[in-house]
This record gives sequence, structure tokens and C-alpha cells, in this order.
Amino acid sequence: MSHQPCAIVGIGQTHHKKARRDVSYAGLAREAAVRALDDANMTWSDIDAVVVGKAPDLFEGVMKPELYLTDALGATGKPMFRVHTAGSVGGTTGIVAAHHVESGRHQRVLAVALEKQSEGNAQFALGSGRGASIGAGGAFAPYMRLYMKRTGAPDDIGPMVAVKDRQNALKNPYAHLKLADISLDTVKASPMMWDPVRFLESCPSSDGACAVVFTDEDGGKAAAADGRPPAWILGSAVRSEPSSFPGRDPVRPQGAVDCAADVFAQAGITDPLGQIDCAELYVPFSWYEPMWLEAHDIAGPTEGWKMVERGDTALDGSFPVNMSGGVLSSNPIGASGLLRFADAALQVRGMAGEHQVDGADVALAQAYGASAQYFSMWVVASSLDPFAG
Amino acid sequence: MPDIDPIALIGWSVSPMVRSTDKTEAQMLLEVITGAVENAGITRREVDFTCAGSCDYVAGQAFSFVQNIDAIGAWPPKRDSHVEMDGAWAMYEAWLRLQLGDIDVAVAMGSGRSSTADPALIYPMEMDPYYLAPLGTDAASFAALQARALIDAGKVTERQMAEVAARARRDATGNPNAQVSGDFDVDTLLAEDYVRSPLRRHDLPPITDGACAVVIARADKARELCDNPVWISGFAHYSELHYPGMRDLTASPSTTLAAKAAGLEEAPVEVAELQSAFTHEEPLLVEALGLAPDVPVNPSGGPLAANPIMATGLVRIAEAATEIRDRGRQRTLAHSTSGPCLQQNLVCVLEGGSK
Repeated sequence: MSHQPCAIVGIGQTHHKKARRDVSYAGLAREAAVRALDDANMTWSDIDAVVVGKAPDLFEGVMKPELYLTDALGATGKPMFRVHTAGSVGGTTGIVAAHHVESGRHQRVLAVALEKQSEGNAQFALGSGRGASIGAGGAFAPYMRLYMKRTGAPDDIGPMVAVKDRQNALKNPYAHLKLADISLDTVKASPMMWDPVRFLESCPSSDGACAVVFTDEDGGKAAAADGRPPAWILGSAVRSEPSSFPGRDPVRPQGAVDCAADVFAQAGITDPLGQIDCAELYVPFSWYEPMWLEAHDIAGPTEGWKMVERGDTALDGSFPVNMSGGVLSSNPIGASGLLRFADAALQVRGMAGEHQVDGADVALAQAYGASAQYFSMWVVASSLDPFAG
Repeated sequence: MPDIDPIALIGWSVSPMVRSTDKTEAQMLLEVITGAVENAGITRREVDFTCAGSCDYVAGQAFSFVQNIDAIGAWPPKRDSHVEMDGAWAMYEAWLRLQLGDIDVAVAMGSGRSSTADPALIYPMEMDPYYLAPLGTDAASFAALQARALIDAGKVTERQMAEVAARARRDATGNPNAQVSGDFDVDTLLAEDYVRSPLRRHDLPPITDGACAVVIARADKARELCDNPVWISGFAHYSELHYPGMRDLTASPSTTLAAKAAGLEEAPVEVAELQSAFTHEEPLLVEALGLAPDVPVNPSGGPLAANPIMATGLVRIAEAATEIRDRGRQRTLAHSTSGPCLQQNLVCVLEGGSK
């Protein structure tokens, strides 16, 4: 690694809900940021630069909202940067914020990703106000059907993911959906939205924000010495590819393959299932859990759905996925990626509470966007050299 | 803090600037990216990282940048990012990315088709959604408030503003990409009615469709690919409060902070390309940057000659780089801005010679 090490020393998120009418747009961002600063034992004046990420501005009807959010996020007299890479944006926001530190330019950087979807109508915005949007579920359904056909996955795999993630969400105080009575039967009885995806296999629409404080190596070591465990970034990667062209494989996009290979190489991971303790993957529709396990070469062909079927990806399984409840339980779109990245960091800090994976030292996070063509991933660990010895 | 790794501009391309193009944003980008990589003597395949700057509201479409990826040539898939900011900030992200040291070449771009939108309709939406956006106050109206504050403070006069416009349009006659150019008489300009008092038509930028792309590279690669790289010697940006009513509109402290962080004061610059889209912003920025009175400002004509929003700032960097590579300058300055009344400002200092 030729660049400066980077540590995560503060994480905050909002209580995600369908509509957070108790806070303004800026209030939502600030709620997450204040929690992250408290966690980092810092105040606003400790922060050198702020990076904001969110999905399309049309979702709230505020153009370039980082301008308006400057006041609430204490960014006056500081650099304020704004990222937008579709659904992967939350992940990319974390990575760009980390680059501010890894490049040696800044020492303490605050990343905030958010979406206040109740301010507008996402479906309307996705069609840019012209209507006729098929929505994300409609766009991804053919890819999921192709995955099922290609791998021979049984029909119940999707519902099993939906049940597992919602049960995990019951252990996450910040999760939006709390479906205590969820079961395979209730999922399968819910209305078919975009075959093969049923209503209870789909993500909600949420208001929420996530904030992360990044520091340089000295800051990470100081936090550790103070009894506040940091998460260290072992590697991060992004990839993009065009939406559609002959020969593109939307089930196993080359960008997904390359992004994972890049981040694993940086982190020194040659055996993902053996070396990674748990993962937060961007699964807005149930079938994407086995699809990403295979597309990122965590599992071999057809092994993704078999891991789900065996319960490997459950909280007490051999490779837990979406311990937080994932995007299926909370989906403030612009924040959803950073929530994955932050929840992975919480795990290796040992601070995930009821959904903590025992002894998690290395965690993977991933987000994707647009037509499954934008990818961002990072690997975080409890130390800079978790595989030593 | 470690020294900045030397990173240089090695190629760039600016599109024609027009009131309304019949090209898509992806087509405009296709041409400038091709132009920039050819200018650098490379192909898209040799580009390790790309970062685009564009705006959904200017395009009138959510996720508008997703279509633009076709122009990048992201196959095999590329390390790529996008900022909802001017291309100058896209270049800032690319500059940070190259400093990680594992890759060598990046393309940054900015693009905007303002012809598709009504600025008076969309720009109120970049204001605080609860207290300011409902006023319907557009960018020109906020600019007028700042111009009035400067006039009241004795820092500029309407005649000086008209002189800035006349000089910019005259300078733009030498710029084949300019949209507004020619000789204009200051008294004639001052006889026009106000658009937003105290701003007349000549105090405002044109509405422009355009794009710009630049290629930057780490030092060794830059020297290998290019005989005369233009070095980025300083690069910084800062923000101010959003509420214009809570700021001193006769100053631009974030510009001063950015200039200091970019090392502007370490040596004089010979040319400044400023994103002063309104005439009164030029003297304000010149003061905030501490520029000597004899430093030529916007010899390209600047944003008053062509204002491709989301690319305007990156065009300033390309013009400032051209001053070094093609016109024998040694040290130049480029500036970009975003938000009401110059809320956010970026300074990029460029140098010729070897590093």
C-alpha cells in the first residue's frame, strides 16, 4: 500500500423511517453527523473537510443540496465535496472521503450520505417527472430471473433472504422495517411485484442518513489507545461499465468481478470465505444476495444460493451477510451504500450490538447502482495487518 | 502533512460553446474526451480513472450522468466516479485519486446543456428548500444583491462592470470557442435597461451548452507522455455559509482560503482565469485572491463569453493550462465557484517547466 493508512473512528446513523417529519432535510443529515462526531470523541471544529453523497437531487427537489447542507454540517470555512454515483453513491462517498485522508491532504474527514425520500416521490423522480418509470424492481427482475434459470436456484431462495434480513433488522435499533412476524409463508403470500420479486422481497423507501469520521494513522492509533476501537481500511475499489451493450452479462457484470478482485488484492484476500468474517452487501431485492456472492467471486457458480439455503449467510452462519438487516430493511437510497460500509466497520470495531458477529476482524462492504453497473467496495479490519501470524 | 505528489495536465479539449446544441451530453463528452486523450497522445485504454462533473437539474433528468458513461469508454470496466459539481471538482477528485500512487492517468470532465432548462426556474431549487427556495429567487437575483452590496461599499461602479464586459467580449474575439464576442461601447452598454438592477444584460453570462475534458498524470508518466506537462502546483477549495444574508457579500473569504491553501502567494501569477460569470464578481475575486492590478484576467473572454455550467470551471483550468503550454507563461491561476453569491470557491495554480 503506497498511500497513507486510513482509520474509521466515528460512525453515526439516524433512525430510518418511512417519513422523518420530525426533522428537516438538514436536520436528518445533522442527526447522523452528530452521532458520528460523538462516537469519534470530536467536535465540528476537529473536522478538516466534509464529503456529502446522495442519489438524484430530484428525489427531494433540492438541486446540489451540499450548498444548503454546508451550514448544518459545519462545513463553513472548509472544503465541501459532493459525490453522486447512482445507488453506489453511499459507498463511493466513503471511498472518496477516505481518499482525502489516504492522499495525505487531510487528517480528519466527515462523510455524510443521506436521502429524505418522503420529501418527494422516488418513482416519479426516476422517470424524471415524465412518468412511465418501471422502477428499480422492474429493471432488475429480468436479471434475477436469468440468475434463477442459469443456476437452477429453487424458488424459495429469495424469500429465505427476505426473512433472514428482516429478522436481523429486529436486532438493529436503527432499522426501518421491523417485521416481527415475518416467515417464508408471509413473504410468499405477499403480492408479486415484478416476477420473481414479491412485495416482502423488496426494499422499503426510507428517510435516513449515515455519517462516518475518517482519520489518518495517528488518529486511528490515538482512538485505539483511548479504548475506542477504530476500523482500518485494507482496500477500496470502484468500477463502472456501460448500461447495456451486446455481450454484457447483467447477472455477473464484469465491473462486479473486477471491483471485487481489485479490493481483495489490496486487502491481501485470496480466500474470501475463509478470510472475511462477514459482509454487508447491497441487496435491495432478495435475489441479489446470492447473485452478488457469485458475481464478486465470494462463492463459486451456484454456490451463492446454496449458501443461502444452508443458512451460511444467517447471523449465526459461517459467512453472515447483512447483519444489520441490509437494504431490505432500511433504504434511504443515497445513504444505503454508506450504511453498508459503516455497518461493516461497526462489526470489526465490535460495536454492532445485538447483531454483532462474534470475533469479526475482517468485513466486506459493497454497494451498486444504476443498471447494476456502478460498484463500490471496501474491506475493513480491526487492525492494519489482520492476517499476520 | 506530506508534500503533494507532482501531478500534471498533459492534454485537454474544450467543445465549441453554443446557445443550443443538437448533440446529447454524451455526444459532447465523447468529442472532448477523444480530443483530450488525443491531445495527450494516448487512448482511452490507457486511462486508469475517470471522474465526471454534471448536474441532473441542468439535464432535467435523474441519473443523467449514467448515459454519459458511454462517452468514457468504460469497457473493460473503469475506475470511475461522478460529482454533482463543476468539472473542476471532478478534476480535484481525480487529483486526490492519483496521489494514492497506484495508478497514473486520469481523465476529468465537465458537461452541461443549459439550453434544455430555464435558469430562472431551476436555480431557486439550489437554495435552502424551506426558507429560500420558496422565494423563487434565481441566481441572477442573488448576483444582483451582491453587486448592489459591492456598489454600496464603493468597491465597484456600474461603469466598471460594463468595462469588464466590454473587455471580456473584446478578448473573446481571439477565442474560437467563445459564444459572445466583439467590440462594444461602454456608454452604449450602460444605456441598456436593467435585467435585475443593478445588473444589465452585459453583466450576465450567456446561456451555453458545452463540455471540457482534461487528462492528468503522475509525474513520471506525465514526463514520459508529454514534452511540456503543465504542473498542478496547488489545488484547494473551500465553502462558506449558504445563507447570503448571513455573509458579508463584499468579501469572498473562501476564495482567500483556497488561494492560501493552493500556495498562490508563493509567487506571482501571469494570468488568471476566473469563473466570474457576473461582471461584479471579477473585482471581488481579484481582491480576494490578492492579484496584482497588472495580471490579465480571463484573456479567453471568461464566463461572460461562454458559460457552460458544470464545465465553466474546468474550462478555466484548460485555458490557464493553455497559457502555459502554448503562450509561454510559467505560472497561471484558475478559479471555479458554485452556489449563490460565490458560496464555494476553488483555486488551481498551474506551473510550467520541469518538476
